[in-house]
Amino acid sequence: MNISQFLFYFLTVLALFSAVMVVVSKNPVHSVLWLIAVFFAISGHYILLNAQFLAIVNLIVYAGAIMVLFLFVIMLMNLNASTEPQKNNWLKLAGVIAGGCFMMVLVSLVKQANELNNIAVTMGSGDIGLIKNLGKALFNDFVVPFEISSVLFLSAMVGAVVIGKKA
Amino acid sequence: MPIQYYIYLCLALFSIGIVGVLTRRNAIIVFMCIELMLNAVNLLLVAFSKVHNTMALAGDKTSMIGIEAQLFVFFIMVVAAAEVSVGLAIIVMMYRNVHSLDINFLNRLKN
Repeated sequence: MNISQFLFYFLTVLALFSAVMVVVSKNPVHSVLWLIAVFFAISGHYILLNAQFLAIVNLIVYAGAIMVLFLFVIMLMNLNASTEPQKNNWLKLAGVIAGGCFMMVLVSLVKQANELNNIAVTMGSGDIGLIKNLGKALFNDFVVPFEISSVLFLSAMVGAVVIGKKA
Repeated sequence: MPIQYYIYLCLALFSIGIVGVLTRRNAIIVFMCIELMLNAVNLLLVAFSKVHNTMALAGDKTSMIGIEAQLFVFFIMVVAAAEVSVGLAIIVMMYRNVHSLDINFLNRLKN
């Protein structure tokens, strides 16, 4: 087992464990911190796949900006574990069974797909993830979606202010 | 790494997100589970982009096939950031009105 395989397994276990902890943590602040751990693990996966730009953007946008926003909102509301409403256990069990069935169906689907059998992901090669190539593609082929996303941001900003201000 | 490993990882992350949405009642945690599902999809897109790029590189050394998927991931992140800002504003407004984050309070529209 070479180093990138070891890193793959390590990051996978870290991501799955942290994701489970996001769901089972009673305290919302702990959930946010575990979610940041998930994002770090996924960024590690991006680096293993040579998508360096996406790894950094994932860290800055998700782990940096979005999670700070979540933490702000949680601290604004002064939540703690005792105020958390609990579903009854049967509903929880039903949710877990539904999610498990979804995963089981899709896993068996992937297992049966012979087309995927000899496809391997080679790690640590390729340069499409570099910011130079991504920037060229973004500003040549994807200029219109890029500009539209600026309009989206503007409308989201206006929407957040309008919804958030005291009515 | 076989591509199946990545598919299983993303499926597991997505299913954990679904279980979180179905089992938790705190609106913020439901929202965080949605972010988790978005990230699982992003990781799968990047893995498939890598596969296609590796296949194309076998024929053409300077091929840029697969770069579109990485830009899709970039745009998904853009949309997710916009979604989070509006969604958290909605959650704050809901907290102001009902003084709770329980999503079961949102069934008022029913009556």
